[in-house]
Amino acid sequence: MHEVVIISGKGGAGKTSITGAFANLADNAILCDLDVDAPDLHLLLSPEHKRIEEFYSGNEAIINQEQCTKCGLCEAMCRFSAITQTDEGFAVDPMRCEGCNVCVSFCPPQAISFPSKHCGTWYESETRFGTMVHAQLFPGEENSGRLVTLLKQHARKRAEEEGHELVLSDGAPGIGCPVISSLAGTNLAVVVTEPTLSGLHDLKRVAKLCTGFKTKVAVLINKHDLNLAQAKAIEEYCQEKGYPVICRFPHDNAVTEAMVQGKAINETGDSTASQLLEAAWSNMLNLLHDSK
Amino acid sequence: MIYAIASGKGGTGKTTVTASLASIWETPLTAVDLDVEEPNLHLFLKPEEMITGKAHIEVPDADEDKCTGCRACSELCQFKAITVMGDTLLTFPEMCHGCGGCIAICPEKALTPGKRELGEIVTGKSHGNEFIMGRLRIGEAMSPPLMKQILNDLPINSQGDVLIDAPPGVSCPAITAVMRADCIVLVTEPTPFGLHDFRLAWEAFSPIGKPMGAVINRAGVGNNDVYDFCREKDIPIWAEIPFDRSVAEAYSNGYVPVKAIPTLKPTFESLKNSMQKAVNEVSHA
Ligand code: SF4
Ligand code: SF4
Repeated sequence: MHEVVIISGKGGAGKTSITGAFANLADNAILCDLDVDAPDLHLLLSPEHKRIEEFYSGNEAIINQEQCTKCGLCEAMCRFSAITQTDEGFAVDPMRCEGCNVCVSFCPPQAISFPSKHCGTWYESETRFGTMVHAQLFPGEENSGRLVTLLKQHARKRAEEEGHELVLSDGAPGIGCPVISSLAGTNLAVVVTEPTLSGLHDLKRVAKLCTGFKTKVAVLINKHDLNLAQAKAIEEYCQEKGYPVICRFPHDNAVTEAMVQGKAINETGDSTASQLLEAAWSNMLNLLHDSK
Repeated sequence: MIYAIASGKGGTGKTTVTASLASIWETPLTAVDLDVEEPNLHLFLKPEEMITGKAHIEVPDADEDKCTGCRACSELCQFKAITVMGDTLLTFPEMCHGCGGCIAICPEKALTPGKRELGEIVTGKSHGNEFIMGRLRIGEAMSPPLMKQILNDLPINSQGDVLIDAPPGVSCPAITAVMRADCIVLVTEPTPFGLHDFRLAWEAFSPIGKPMGAVINRAGVGNNDVYDFCREKDIPIWAEIPFDRSVAEAYSNGYVPVKAIPTLKPTFESLKNSMQKAVNEVSHA
């Protein structure tokens, strides 16, 4: 079984539209949306939920006013400035609390409870392109890395049970915790980039992260014709580093139009775009099989 | 005043909006790039006289000779950053959130404050304004501690206004960035992805209770659902930036749109006025 994740370092490079198109081309894959903070793939795939699970992670401190003696030790010890004195006594600001357990452990009268925290929901769904595993983290929650890991594990399990060859994931943006979790155990990362100054900058950072995880990098240049000089700079960088460029996709309003219709780019019948994506897909499959 | 430019998702034009605002704002101003995972603001503002400092977080240093293996530290730690395996004390500094609990609880004083590098804080000058950015170390998973250090060091009150280019998304890094702001500008696009992420951002940021307005970037592409949503939720639309290939090209070359395309100037002037007015209305209320 192979695992491919589509990432971009930065949001907005067209990662989800590309994943949607690949999902259409894959006939033996489990699909997965690992962007648990701002998932968008479901907008293209209109999943029907088959299984809905609550995601609990970490704990949150709550001060019981009856037991609290107002000694102030918790406020003094909290490194995250999550505890402040209010008119009603000492209170924990849930937005700032990291669930570190320090106040709970040190509170002399043990007035602080520490229930586990409901952070989001995850789903297994049916789509017209096959099974999809996805989630939505509640706003402001951390631990998205843990949720990403959970989704990946579930997708892998499903793939094994159902005999699928590939787990195809829409990755998380950035280079922090969620992306790190999405790269673990991944064979190939398709980095979607744009021919802009920031595009190259972001590509370099995310590719370095992939290398650190021994994940193979392939590059897809989206909106290739927007700035040919920058596109060339990206190509040169890729050549120097040995990252294959699997597709040069033009700036095309059809991408937005397909999105508005809730469709994958290659479902709307634009033959040039479809051909380019098909070629990208087979380039990618070749890379995957070469790496075996 | 602190103004945060945020978006439910990356790629909506948050950085170019921040750069454009910084270019027309009255000095002194401090422009801050808190998108520490992928800082891009410097590519547009091109700061000079850059000084780079390292940022650290406190993690425990262990002295195994003193440890008796009582496990008080590992029982306290919620992040699996410290554990006792058999007789050996193991620390995993990458997992540590720097809460300091293990150091405080160890009865043998076997743990002392050490440090892990989070990344860099770069300061510089850009057209008479202060410029600050954070850059997360590649492989570092946690961005909020680095962001908090930058926020704590901000020259608030004395140095005029602060414009923050916030990280995308609505999870803890984004919340960390907007929490201290007096006003939040949400940049979005009139597409289904744009609306979906904008709605999440609105849900996440509304409870903070700060004045909030929208900038609709690439107006003219997609559909009208974002406008309907703003009307329904009473979110003022402070600016609309039309979709125009020349804006995209200016961006791709690292030019600040408001400078490259003079016709955008009134749009950003009026955005700035709306932001300042929204903050003043709150402070005089
Ligand atoms: S400082 Fe906190 S997070 Fe770090 S090892 Fe100690 S208890 Fe764990
Ligand atoms: S609390 Fe101190 S003595 Fe006890 S296991 Fe931890 S390091 Fe060792």
